[in-house]
Formats: sequence, C-alpha cells, structure tokens
Amino acid sequence: MLRLLRASLVILLLMTLLTGIAYPLAMTGLAHLAWPGRANGSLLARDGKVVGSALIGQTFASDRYFHGRPSATTDADPNDATKTVAAPYNAASSGGSNLAPTSKALVDRVKEDVAKLGSSPSAPVPADLVTTSASGLDPDISPASAALQVARVAKARGLSEVEIGRLVAQHTEGRVFGVLGEPRVNVLQLNLALDAQHRQ
Amino acid sequence: MTLNGWAQIALYVVVVLALTRPLGGYLANVMAGGRNWLSPVLLPVERAFYRLAGINPAEEQSWWLYCRAVVVFHLVGFVFLYGLLRLQAVLPLNPQGMPAVPADLAGNTSVSFLTNTNWQSYGGESTMSYFSQMAGLAVQNFLSAAAGIALAMAMIRGFARARAKGLGNFWADLVRVTLYVLLPACIVLTLFFVWQGVPQNLGAYVDAATLEGGKQTIAQGPVASQLAIKMLGTNGGGFFNANSAHPYENPTALSNFVQMIAIFVLGAALTNTFGRAVGDERQGWALLAAMGVLFIAGVAACYWAEAGGNPQLAALGVDNSLGNMEGKEVRFGTPLSALFAVITTAASCGAVNAMHDSFMPLGGMVPLVNILLGEIIVGGVGSGLYGMLLFAIVAIFLAGLMVGRTPEYVGKKIEAREVKMTMLAILCLPLVILGFSALASVLPEGLAGTSNAGPHGFSQIFYAFTSAAGNNGSAFAGLSANSVFWNATLGIAMVFGRFAVIVPMLAVAGSLAAKRRAAASVGTFPTHGGLFVGLLVGSILIVGGLTFLPALALGPIAEHFSLLAGTLY
Repeated sequence: MLRLLRASLVILLLMTLLTGIAYPLAMTGLAHLAWPGRANGSLLARDGKVVGSALIGQTFASDRYFHGRPSATTDADPNDATKTVAAPYNAASSGGSNLAPTSKALVDRVKEDVAKLGSSPSAPVPADLVTTSASGLDPDISPASAALQVARVAKARGLSEVEIGRLVAQHTEGRVFGVLGEPRVNVLQLNLALDAQHRQ
Repeated sequence: MTLNGWAQIALYVVVVLALTRPLGGYLANVMAGGRNWLSPVLLPVERAFYRLAGINPAEEQSWWLYCRAVVVFHLVGFVFLYGLLRLQAVLPLNPQGMPAVPADLAGNTSVSFLTNTNWQSYGGESTMSYFSQMAGLAVQNFLSAAAGIALAMAMIRGFARARAKGLGNFWADLVRVTLYVLLPACIVLTLFFVWQGVPQNLGAYVDAATLEGGKQTIAQGPVASQLAIKMLGTNGGGFFNANSAHPYENPTALSNFVQMIAIFVLGAALTNTFGRAVGDERQGWALLAAMGVLFIAGVAACYWAEAGGNPQLAALGVDNSLGNMEGKEVRFGTPLSALFAVITTAASCGAVNAMHDSFMPLGGMVPLVNILLGEIIVGGVGSGLYGMLLFAIVAIFLAGLMVGRTPEYVGKKIEAREVKMTMLAILCLPLVILGFSALASVLPEGLAGTSNAGPHGFSQIFYAFTSAAGNNGSAFAGLSANSVFWNATLGIAMVFGRFAVIVPMLAVAGSLAAKRRAAASVGTFPTHGGLFVGLLVGSILIVGGLTFLPALALGPIAEHFSLLAGTLY
C-alpha cells in the first residue's frame, strides 16, 4: 500500500511539473515568438487604443454600424450576487441562451426582433440575425444578414448602397478550402473599415 | 441539408479512417514498450520517472493489483486537485483575483476531471485562476486520458495473452502514454491552434473601448495548450464557459475540423491496436465498422433535425434556410454543429461548439442517445474500446445461446464469470442514470435547477445524469447545476460511471488472460464479418432501447410532438 501511495504521489507531482507547468509555459513562450498578436488574443487597436478583438463580437446599436447577432451573455447582478442580469457581449462570461425550441421566451424574443427588422413574406429575416449564438460572442453574421443592413447603414452615413455593398463583399469570408464552415462577415472589422473610409 | 454539409462529413470520416492504421501501429509499439523516434529524448525522462517513483516497469500486475493502483492514483489525484482549487486565491498566476472555489463545487470539479468527465458546474473565465486551469485541470486532462488508454491496454492484453497472470504495469502504461503519445501530439496541436487564433498568454483580462463608446472586458489565458489535451484526451472541459463555441477556443472552421479529428483519432486507432494484439487486424476493423454504422446514423438524424430549423420561428417570418441557429455560431452553421455534437457524445468528450440545450427536440436526442448507448461509438480514449469489447462479449454470448455452443471471441472462451461481470458493468449505468433522474424530477432541489418548463425540463435533468454517469461532460447547459444537491448527486454519478465499469472490466480482463487460446475450428463463429457487426449493433441497440426508451419518450419525443402541435412552455 505504501509503495502504491509513493508511486501515485511521485507520478502525480512529476506529471504536474511536466504537463501542468513546463508544457503550458513552453507553449506560451513559443506562441509569443511565432504569433505574438494571436497569442495575445488578436486585439485590434485604433489610434493606439484597444477597441476589441478580431475574434470577439461587440454590441452595435447605432444605424451607422452593421449590427451583430443578439447575445445572451449575462453578468452578476450588482445588487444580488446570486442573480444575473442581461449583459450582451460580455466577453468575461460567455454563454448561450439555452432556450429550448419549444420555449415561449424564445418565440417571444424572436417575434420582437423580427418586428424591429421588418420582415415580409417576400423578404424573410435570416435566422442568424434573430437568434443568439452559442458563445454570446459570435463575431460574424451571414452574408444575407449583412445584405439586409446595407440600405440602413448607407442612409445613416449618406453613402451610396453600392459603395457599402462593395465594402461588405470585401469583408465576406468564404469557406475554408471551399468546403469547411459557412460564409461569414466579421462585424467589428467591417465597421472599422466603414469608419476608416468615412474619415477620408 | 446541403451537399456541402455532407461533403464536410465525408471528409471527416475519410481523414479519421486514414489515420486509424498508422496510429494504431504506433500505439501498439508504445504499449509494448518499444523504441521509436522520440525515445532518444524521452527514454531518460521515462527512466527518471520510474526511479523517483520506485517503480519497476517490467513488473507484471494482476488484475486486482492493476485495479488498486488505478484507484489509489485517483484518490491521491482527488485530494491534490481539491486542495489546489480550495487554495487558488493564495496561489500564483491569478491576475483576476479569483477567490477560492467553494467546497461543493471544488469536490464536484475534482471528481469530474479525474474521471475524464469534465462536467462543469462553473464558468471557466469567471471561476478559475490560470494556475488552477494549468496545474490542476489540464494535468488531470492528461492523466485521466492516459489512465483510460492504460485500462484499454490492460483489456487488450486480457484477450491477447494466454495462461498469463498479469495485465501489464499501470504505472508504465500511464507514463508511456503520456510521454510518447499525448504530450508530443499536444505540442503540435497547441501551435496549430495558436496559428488559427487561439490565445496563449498569462496576462490579465483586456479592457477594450468599443466603437460605440462602451467598455468590454475580454477574458484571456493559456487557452491553446489546454484546448489541445481537452480534445485529444476526450476530456471536453472548456477553458471558457462556452467551451469550443467560444471564438477564442475555436476561431475557424479549420480549427473546428482539427478539434473533431482530435476527439476521434486515438479511440479509432485503439481498435486497430486491439486487432494487431490479437493477431488479426480484421477484428479491429469489425469493431470500428459497428461504431461507424451507429455514427453515420446519428449524424444523419441530428443534421436532418437541425438543418430543418424551428417551425415556430418560420411562422414569424424567419428565413430558416440556415437551419436552427439558436445556440449556434455562424462560422460553423448547422452541418458542423450537428457533426460536432454527435462526435463529442459518441466519444466521451463533452466539448461543445453549439448549445445542445437549444437543439431541436430530435436533434438534441441524438447526443443523449449516444451517451446512453455507453459511448461505445469510438468512445472516450480507452473507455470506448473497453466499453465496446464488453458489448462484443454480450453479442457473442447471445450468438452462443442461439446455436447452443460455448461462445468464443478472438480465441477466448466466454464463460459465466465474464458474462456476469460484463452485465454488472453494463447495468450499473442505467441504475445510476434513471435512479437519480427520477429523484431529481420529484425533489424541489432538483427541479430548482431546470431553466425550461415542460418536457424539456425533464430532458435537462435526464441529460445531466446521463452525461455524468457516462463520463461525458456535455450538458443541456441551461440547467443551473452549481448547487449542493446537483454538485453532490452528479459527483456520485460520475464516480459510479467510471469505477462501476472499470472494476468489472478489469476482472474480465484478468480472467480472460488466464485462459488458454482456443484454436479456431469450423464451428467457430467468425467475428470479423458483416454478420457479427450486425449482431453487435443489434445487441447495443436492444440493450439501450429496452432500458431508456420510456425516459426518452417523456423528454425529447414528447417535446417533438408538442412542437409540431404548436404547444409552447
């Protein structure tokens, strides 16, 4: 029994040193040598200030910007730590709505969002624009969801729809190798490009 | 469903199949203690481990001694991890100042990571310090995976050896698998994931000033190194709460593809290792074929359900051509979300790239059924193979009853002791799952955790105990499981799920190893052909179906019909 205990303890400690300390630290060092930007979270800066991450979505409400998907992330209630309050795109606490397809709360929420976007039988709203993502931090929308917003953004910025549409096309990423994943538009990067163009 | 969706599924199957044989050979070599191209570097490390721990790697352990070593190792690991989580506030690498993990949560989490379950009652970025993640949780990701493969090797030796007393040496198996298989593969995977955009740093969370003038705090951490072993070891415990749906933990469709490969690759390869060990690779391919049949059926059902979308939303003017997108990420869409869900539950991984809780009723039933069948569709690293071999014993026993002969499997007579032990291992799971689900469905403490009303609320409870007992770790995540009731009951379910299978399985292996090898004769039922594969699949479905159909009818099936009828909760 003592032999078993000694073997267990020693193996556990050695493995902790190897796989729990040496391995992650060595990987951190290598990652910073090879891809420092990515290792540090693909942060995006403008005028020297961090405005977000290329991989993390953020809240957009103004007509001048393209909007991302609804987000179901929450934060601790400042008045009662045992409860949570809605806090969209909280990148310090990811998560989905976890609402079932038969949930009344889901159907009511979508009904409200569809009414805001104005759906008609000839132009239904793309599903991704009225559903929350799994992480609550989805940086992307589908090309159809971007197309739906072109007219609004063009009007708010006093630019032509063609010009905005061209920018959207530039920021549309296809499938990896033409096969993997789905086509997508990164909302934050598109909006940064909009701002950059507008200033000129 | 689209052609492109099916092309992705086909590509996945082809890559896994292509890796099975070369990796199976490599594992067989490692298991036998052979030298390979890593030996010049790693052999001195391996020997140092044995010397410091006072281990003779050549010492053969009986099944009982092997079992004791496994249990003692887990107990020591539990005490260590529990202590580390309780003390995290005073330990280093805690830039966010995370407080100590509460006792019930620390206990649940320790059991969870030791048993390769990785059920998480907590959100990673809001609970754990970097030190707890690295030196506590990630270490158990390595060790629980290595222990799983070691146990599978013991089972393989039971079939391969004749008139033998020993099943190998647990310590040697554990150390070799970690050094020669898991660690090198994880180094490569980590670098690949960072290249794809997964962060790997020890800095504090970043405050960003958003374009509209808000403040966004973005969690950071040594994500990539933990992600690698989380997938390869079929652990599945996310660095972040959203797991592999988090854009940091799975930034692209390519990183997603590699993560899916990493889940299956070792489990699939072990079927080949088994075939090689018993001297007939076709035996391994037959097991993999049975797994493949169940896998493709699951993928087809889940993808079909998710691609169809939610009819309730279509009625509101939503274009459902993308499918059911609630709880899914745009970069993956429904095909990769459905595929990932089936893979992660076929194996005992439990990582998710979409929220199973928001799947369509029948789409969410597929992951549930996968775990209920015992996670033998490729399965967890090691546990999938020994689980499948237990079902092979049941199948061959049934075949023997039909023709009135003593059944034989790969040259070993299957007799009363093996069948009894196998049934013990197989029947323990339903007892834990159904017993606890019934309890939680009537106790207020249990019902307090559910976040959906109606049949879906029951599904959440049923899924939680299934996931815990199956050592999977995925969830219908709307369930608020961080309470004393849930942490305790799920913790007990995880312990049973691991050890109530391991102990009888090792007993079977010990008893098989002691038998002589029977030569095949004309009367021997061949176990490498289509007939055996069919029999095996049939046995799995009958055992699972008879046990769990009533519970499934109360949950996902009832919910499916309420959705069609337009009843909301």
